[in-house]
This record gives sequence, C-alpha cells and structure tokens, in this order.
Amino acid sequence: MNLSVATLVFVAVLGLLGVGLYALLATRNLIKVIVALQILVKGAMLALVLAGRLRNAVQEAQSLALTVIVADTIVAVIGLTLAVQIRQRLGTLDIKALTSLRR
Amino acid sequence: MLIWHGLVVAGIVVCAILAIRAQRLLTSALWLAGCSALVAVLLYLMGAAELAVIELSVGAGLVTVLFVFAINIAGEDAASLPSPLPRPLSWVVVLVAVGLLAWRVLPELLPLPWLRVTDSSTFSDWVWGNRMVDLLLQVVLIFAGVLGMMGLLSERKKAGEHEEESA
Repeated sequence: MNLSVATLVFVAVLGLLGVGLYALLATRNLIKVIVALQILVKGAMLALVLAGRLRNAVQEAQSLALTVIVADTIVAVIGLTLAVQIRQRLGTLDIKALTSLRR
Repeated sequence: MLIWHGLVVAGIVVCAILAIRAQRLLTSALWLAGCSALVAVLLYLMGAAELAVIELSVGAGLVTVLFVFAINIAGEDAASLPSPLPRPLSWVVVLVAVGLLAWRVLPELLPLPWLRVTDSSTFSDWVWGNRMVDLLLQVVLIFAGVLGMMGLLSERKKAGEHEEESA
C-alpha cells in the first residue's frame, strides 16, 4: 500500500470525525457534547488543509480554516455559557433532563 | 519524516479518545487541549504554519481556559451517565459514516503525490485581499458571540430580580 503523508493525515481526519461523532451520539453530559463538537471541527479543519495542500493551495485553505476556528470558538463560548446557566437553573448537565423546553 | 507524522497522528487520535473517555470533565478538557496542540503540530508539518500558531493559541489556549472556567463554575457533574442511544447502534452509525467517507475519498487520495509547496501567494494576501467577506463574517460572529454570552449571563439577574419582587 502506498502510505504517504496524505494518507496518514486522512487517518487522523477519520479518527477525529469518528471519535467526535461517537461522542455526540453516546454522551449525555452537556460539556462533553461541546468537547465532541470541538473534536469534530478539528477533523473537518484538518481535512480542509489537507485538500488545500494536495491542490497546492495551502494559503487559501489556511484562510478558510481561520473562519472555521473563529466559528468553532464562538460555538464553544455560547455552548459553555448555556451549560453554566442550565446547571445553575436546573442543577444538572444531563441533556435528558432538559425536558422543560417541551412544555 | 513519515515517522513523525505517524506519531503525531497517533497522538491526536489517542488524545481525542481519552478526552471522550475521561471520567472527570477537567481531565477531558485537558486531553482536548493536548489534541489541539498536536493538531497544531500536524498543521505545521503540513506547511500551514500561520494556522498552526492560531490553532495553538486559540484552540489549545483560549478554549481550554474557557472550559476550565466553565467547569469551575458549573462544577463536576456525573460525566458517565448511560448513553441515550444503545452503544452498539452508535458504533454501527459511526463505522458506517467513517467507512463511507474512507470508501469515497481514499481511492482519489492514494494516487495523489505529496509535492513540495510551490504556492507563491502569502497568507496575508489571501486573508486581507481575497477573503474580505470572510473577515467581515468573523467580526460579525465575534460580536454575535459576545452579545449572545452577555444575553445569556444577564438572564440570571432578571430571574433573580423576579424572585426578589415576588418575595
């Protein structure tokens, strides 16, 4: 098998996407859900830079990935604020306990 | 060279798995920081040096501080609750998704050569020249994030005032 750097980086992308997706499906803790989202986005960003590197457009890929990092950080900020508020109001971080939204 | 890439890739995946498996939230946040730092190293090895610096400072620095701060306020909750989906079903969904991605991408990826970077444009050309709309979007995003955070944090005050009034 032709094992190049590109294949290795793609293995990292697959690993990050797989671990992040599994954690999103399997975890019930709100802060862990945000950790899972961070891992997923890191996988997507690596894939973006890998694609840019292979097409000889690293700088373009970097400028796009910069927006991804900013958006990801904002998601983390809002998500963590929400988690803190939910914990202080409902006393739990369990996403299954958030049934009061249904009423 | 390939050994270094291999070690970093293995480190990234192991850190991600440990971040998910950690029982304490704080440990989970620290493993995520390690994962971010290793992603930054891999980006540097791929020739994306500017992005590596940003990922290291924002992904491994700022986000970790935010996590530690939030966990400090919210407190450690039971991190190992039973999963909402049956675990075998989660595994099947993940394996199908990752398998489909590998099946579609790997045949295209394997024959591509890993060439030297001959791209003569610079990062600042792209960010300040060709991607002004993205920059504006980032400014809007940051404002939206700050306003959203302030809005959420002021909710408690309002609720507290209501309680005081009713008392």
